[in-house]
Amino acid sequence: MTTEAVLVVGAALFGIGVFGALSQQSFVMLMMGIELMINGSLLVLVAMWARAAGGSPDGQMLAIVFMTVMAVEMSLGFALITGVYRVRRADITEKLRKLKG
Amino acid sequence: MTGALIDLSFAAFSLVAIVAGVRVFRTDSMVRAAFYLLASFAATGGIMVLLGAEFLGMVLILMMAGEMLVMAIVMVMYMMNPAGLNPMVMVHQPRTAVVAGVIAFLAIAGVGLSGEVPSRPAPDPAAATAELGRELLGNSMLVFQTAGVTLLATMVGAIAIAAPRGRHGDAAEGSEEPGLQPDEEASA
Repeated sequence: MTTEAVLVVGAALFGIGVFGALSQQSFVMLMMGIELMINGSLLVLVAMWARAAGGSPDGQMLAIVFMTVMAVEMSLGFALITGVYRVRRADITEKLRKLKG
Repeated sequence: MTGALIDLSFAAFSLVAIVAGVRVFRTDSMVRAAFYLLASFAATGGIMVLLGAEFLGMVLILMMAGEMLVMAIVMVMYMMNPAGLNPMVMVHQPRTAVVAGVIAFLAIAGVGLSGEVPSRPAPDPAAATAELGRELLGNSMLVFQTAGVTLLATMVGAIAIAAPRGRHGDAAEGSEEPGLQPDEEASA
């Protein structure tokens, strides 16, 4: 397991996430794309911590911050989906022609 | 674990992570998509454990298991066709998205492969986890607490956004979508 191989796997996850976030119409699927992107960057971060940072705990701290970002993104995303659905009955991006409420 | 076993596990985890990641956007059922994403996250957590970040890997798996169950429930609540009874194609600009994804992959992988990664490996997993624990409640306590307060604020905000009634009445009031011809309303 070379470091480079892990970096390539992380890049692949990020690329899949970019595809999903740009192509999906459903809000939740779009969020899945964003999750995959964060997942890929988290993997790269952990790989660099494990192989190149000399075991400094700061790298793991940064990973914990990443995970917090993931949780914040998910919960606010679900709240926004609920709010938009209540007001507009919309579950896909195409149903939202304007952002103004 | 011996080197060959680690390599084998890494190959298996990577395969699962990437294939499940692709399947997320290639399946007919949104609930299944949530579970494919969970598989992808679990495999990523496995790679992290292999890398020696045992605590982070397990936390990722646990966190994502809960998150994906919530996601599956949200799917069933709001989305059409959650069970995958009909074929589902819900994409826009697929070609642009594929190109962007491939470019992102090539760019990041290119940077990763062309750069020189210094070889300063972390200590063994148990020592690294113990160090993380000391860091969490020592030098980086402010970061840790800030993350906690951020999560609290997120919870409050999420409830405020999702609540059916705001403090001043119905949340939907004044924000109903106008009719198909907005001009009618203006002239009437």
